[in-house]
Amino acid sequence: MANSKNDIVIEVKDLVKRFGSFVADDHLTFNVYKGEIFGFLGANGAGKTTAIRMLCGLLQPTSGDVKVAGFDAYTQSNLIKANIGYMSQKFSLYNDLSVWENIRFFGGIYGLWGKELKYRADELINNLQMNDSRDVLISSLPLGWRQRLSFAVSMIHKPPIVFLDEPTGGVDPIARRQFWEMINEVAASGTTVFVTTHYMDEAEYCHRVAILVDGKMVALNTPANLKKEYSASSMNEVFISLARQGQRVE
Amino acid sequence: MLILANAATQEMKNINLAVVDFDNSKTSRELINAFGNSPFYTIIPVKQSVNSAMDKVHNSQADAILVIEDDFEEKIVKSEKVDLQLLVNAINGTAASLINGYTSSIVTGYSAKIGIQNVEQFKPAIATKVRHWYNPELNYKLYMVPGILVILVTVVGMFLTALNIVREKELGTIEQINVTPIKRYQFILGKLIPFWIIALFELAFGLLIARLVFNLTIAGSIPLLFGFASIYLLVALSGGLILSTTADNQQQVMFMSYFFMILFILMSGLFTSTESMPQWAQLFNKINPLYYFMDVNRMVILKGSNFADIKVQFVFISILALLTLTWAVLRYRKTSN
Repeated sequence: MANSKNDIVIEVKDLVKRFGSFVADDHLTFNVYKGEIFGFLGANGAGKTTAIRMLCGLLQPTSGDVKVAGFDAYTQSNLIKANIGYMSQKFSLYNDLSVWENIRFFGGIYGLWGKELKYRADELINNLQMNDSRDVLISSLPLGWRQRLSFAVSMIHKPPIVFLDEPTGGVDPIARRQFWEMINEVAASGTTVFVTTHYMDEAEYCHRVAILVDGKMVALNTPANLKKEYSASSMNEVFISLARQGQRVE
Repeated sequence: MLILANAATQEMKNINLAVVDFDNSKTSRELINAFGNSPFYTIIPVKQSVNSAMDKVHNSQADAILVIEDDFEEKIVKSEKVDLQLLVNAINGTAASLINGYTSSIVTGYSAKIGIQNVEQFKPAIATKVRHWYNPELNYKLYMVPGILVILVTVVGMFLTALNIVREKELGTIEQINVTPIKRYQFILGKLIPFWIIALFELAFGLLIARLVFNLTIAGSIPLLFGFASIYLLVALSGGLILSTTADNQQQVMFMSYFFMILFILMSGLFTSTESMPQWAQLFNKINPLYYFMDVNRMVILKGSNFADIKVQFVFISILALLTLTWAVLRYRKTSN
C-alpha cells in the first residue's frame, strides 16, 4: 500500500463536535488512504458514531477541517454524499420492500436507471448469492443476510469510500466472518473502508486502527505496532489498557 | 362520512315534550294529539304538576314542557284569549330556538284548524313566505356532506404524510436517505405525490358515496372541483410534512396534527357560519386553507359556481400552496446540527 500524500481520501484536522457542554469528539486529527481498511475503535459512547456521521455529512461539525474524497464537509456535503457509501448501525433498508425493490430504490436515488440499474442489481444479487430471495421481503431475511445486503446496497453506486458503522452488531460469528470477507474483497478492489466496531477481534483485520476514549483519539497505528507498543498479545489487551483511562459512562 | 352526516345534523327529530295538562278536556287532548302526530315530538307522560315535569327536564328525559292551564277549553269555547306556557331546556341554544319554532307552528296550525284566532301568543304579525335556494328542502345533510368530505380528505391526507417522515425517523431509514445525494425538493415531492393521489381518490370515492347514499348531485363542474382540491391538498399535505420534520416521534406528530386540525376545522365554517365570527377570526381564516376548500366545495357542489365565482379563493389557496410547499422543502434538513 502506497501511503503517499496523493492517496489521502479522508483528511480530518482538529475535528470537534459539541452538544451543549458535552464534547462528543475532541480535536480528532487523522488521514485515511486509498484502499485502506481503517478501523475506528472505542467503547459505547466514545464518539465513534458522531465522528462517522460528520464525515458522511449527516451532522454539522462544531469546528475543524474535514475533507472527504476531496470535498469539504461544510460546503460540499452533497458532493461527498455522491461519493460515499454508508451503512448505519441501525438497520436501514425498507423492511416492507423486497430485496429487489430495495436495490432498485436506492440505485435510483444514486442516479442509476434502465439497463445499467438492472445490470448492477443482478450483479449484486449474484455476488450475495441471493438469487432465490430477490422477491422476499427484507423483514423475513435473517439478520446476517440483511447486514450483507445493506452493505452491498450502500455500495451500489461503486463509491470510492464506504463507511460502516458497527456493521456486525448482533450478528453471529459465522455471519461476521462472511461479512469481513466482503470487506476484504471491497478493499482489494481499491475502495477505502472506514469501519467502526467494538469487537476487538475485528480490529485485527484492519490495516490501521484509531482508538477513541471519551471523544479523544488515544492511539493510531497498525494493529501489529499497537500490540508491540503496549506489549500485548491481542488487540483486546491493547484496548483494555487504553480504555481504563476513560471516565465517561454511556 | 355516513355516520357524521347523520350525527352532525341540526334538525330536531326527537323532541321529548312533557305535557302538563291541568285542563284535561277534549280540546286540550286534541292539542296534545297534534303534537303526538308530528314526527318531531314524543310525548312524555307526567303527573299533573309542573315540578314533576321539571324533574324530567333535569334528568334529561324531556326537552321541553308545555303547560296547559285548567281553563283552556273554557276560554276557547268563550272565544277568549288563551295562554299556553312553553318551558324549553336551553342548554343547547340552537336546539331551544328550534323547539320554540316547531312548537309555535304546531299550535298555530292547531288553532287554525279549530277555527279560532285568539291563541295570541303565537299569532304572526307579518306573514313571510320563504323560498330556499340551492337546497330547497332545507336538507341539512346536503349542507354537511360537502363539508365533511373536506375534513375527511384533509385528515387522511395530512395524517398520512405527517406520520410518514416521522416513521422513517423512528425506523432509521431516513438516515440512509439523508446520506445519499438526493435533492431536498426531490425528497419532499417523493413524499407528497403518493398521498396526493390517494387523497384525490378519496375525494372521488366520497363524492360517489354522497351521490349514492345522500343523493347529492354536483351542481358545478367536476374538473373545477378537483382542480381546486388538488391545489388545496398541496397545502394540507405540505402542512403534514412540515409537522413531521419538526417532530421526533409519532406521538408528538399526532398531538400537533390534532391541535392544528381541530383549530382549523372549528374556524373553517363546518358547523357555524364564518361571517358571524368576530373580526380577528375572519382575519385568521384568511390563512386557513380549510376555510377556502370548505367554501369552494359547497359553492361548486350545491350552487354550481364556476371559475369566476371562486377566483379569489383560487388565488389565495395557490399562494398558500406555494408558501407551505417552499416551507416544507426548507424545513427538511439532510444535515443536522
